[in-house]
Amino acid sequence: MLPASPTVLRHSLAAPKLREGGCFGIPSMPHRTFSPARVFAIAGNTFTDLTRQRVFYVVLIFALVLIGSSVFLAQLSFQQEFQILKDVSLGAISIFSSLLAIVATARLIPQEIEDHTVYTILAKPVPRFEYLLGKLAGVLVLIALSTAIMGAMFFALIYWREHVVLEETARQLSNGQREQLDQALRSVRDSAFNADILPGIAIIYIKACLLAALTLFVSTFATTNIFTIVVMVFVYFIGHLQATAREYWLQENGAGLIARVFLAMVALIFPDLQAFNLVDQIVAGVAVPVALFAKTALLGIFYTTIYTLLAIFVFYGKEL
Amino acid sequence: MSRLFLALGLVVAFGVTKLPAERALFQERRQLNLSDIQLDLNLREQIGQTGFVAAMSGFRAVVADILFIQAHVAWERTEWGRLLMLFRQVTTLQPRVVLFWDMAAWHMAWNASVAAMNDPGQPRQSLRIKAQRECFALGKEFLEDGIRNNPDQPKLYESLARLYKDKYNDHARASESFAKAAALPGAPGYDRRFSAYELSYCEGREQEAYQRLRELYDDGEKERLPTLIKRLKFLENKLDIPAEQRIAHPER
Repeated sequence: MLPASPTVLRHSLAAPKLREGGCFGIPSMPHRTFSPARVFAIAGNTFTDLTRQRVFYVVLIFALVLIGSSVFLAQLSFQQEFQILKDVSLGAISIFSSLLAIVATARLIPQEIEDHTVYTILAKPVPRFEYLLGKLAGVLVLIALSTAIMGAMFFALIYWREHVVLEETARQLSNGQREQLDQALRSVRDSAFNADILPGIAIIYIKACLLAALTLFVSTFATTNIFTIVVMVFVYFIGHLQATAREYWLQENGAGLIARVFLAMVALIFPDLQAFNLVDQIVAGVAVPVALFAKTALLGIFYTTIYTLLAIFVFYGKEL
Repeated sequence: MSRLFLALGLVVAFGVTKLPAERALFQERRQLNLSDIQLDLNLREQIGQTGFVAAMSGFRAVVADILFIQAHVAWERTEWGRLLMLFRQVTTLQPRVVLFWDMAAWHMAWNASVAAMNDPGQPRQSLRIKAQRECFALGKEFLEDGIRNNPDQPKLYESLARLYKDKYNDHARASESFAKAAALPGAPGYDRRFSAYELSYCEGREQEAYQRLRELYDDGEKERLPTLIKRLKFLENKLDIPAEQRIAHPER
């Protein structure tokens, strides 16, 4: 594995420093507290570094193979085929984007400390929050790209299958009544594509962003990436049950004190990951209002921001 | 370390602030009938530990699909008891998927019922008929439960109407179900017609059926299909409609 980042990063971060130097008659520029250019440099470097880890390609290929194989899996009627195809594909996109978010983020800080790269960067006038923001941004770009590729493959697959089934249906009913043919073709189109799938995938991405931010927070006090991954796996499972725990805590009066305290801790500490699972309903053909999509997205952005701020807070106190 | 504990305290404080937003979203989902199923011990027993864990982790749809494929295999092997159990699990996991309710009902009322009637292991016809009716009832139960979970979907009302018509020979209820389907948004145009056809078979309701068929006929050429003309002419004769009020359409 190439220790990719340090050289490139050193140059990209060093360049503005030379201009600010004040040597050779060049007027000195004050050091800016926040520089988007520095964040972009770190983000670009993190993204390049992550794409060099072959494990991510394997995950991506596996996701694509799974989506492709679902077509051959479902040799059933077209309604059944589309139902299973959409469920499996969106499930695969969800799990792989979440896995990618956790695995990619978990290794960032411990790996950089182990490789001593972090010292090279933080020795320069790069504030710690810029360093963390850059790292997170790099991961988010990687997840966005992966989700976009998986989504594009999924839509291409749906389009192709819809086209094939429409042709078959038109041929089979060519001698029938016009109304019957129109009804059958409408039924195929309704089963195949649903415009709500697109915002549904956007919500999957936001859920992955939330997980990445939370993983970053855990990794700021974790010493190994294995610890971070294990903690995040638990968070993932408990997060899907948080809503059940929360409602039980707030509604049930029969539970004992210890149970209530436990449920309250689950409700307060963990994010409600089930709130981001809208695709099940979308695939079932339920119309999800735009306002609900927007509120869910806002909640996700809120979580991501808070966990990032907490990660920055802990990282500032970390002895390096 | 003190900073870490402070951060954990902040997590809890953040939890308090996020709670109202989470609850509001949860309530909105519930109002829109989008809230998730109840994951209880009963479901855990039904779908097994692995399925339950998968369902808990947000992969309920995929688990339901796997069980659905298993149900398809059970159908190919004519394992009717297993088929019923699997469809109960599938519909419990994904109650908003109309296809699953519809398939479950079709397998029970059309396939399992025929198998029960032709069961070579049961020499007594009365018991075969009893088993067949139990299968019809199971199919009806699936459709009624499906309608309770998806009251806005015309497809399940249509299937229930077909079940009443083909299996119970109950044209009045079939007509009523087709009418309910026709009243829903997105219902196919034939539901209204089918409701009137079914009504035309009901003894004592000929006048009502005649009026509905005539309204359809007057809607224009698009509705003047062979079955409609045939049923209308039948009712004209039965009700002794005066010649000048009868349709001039030749029977095809």
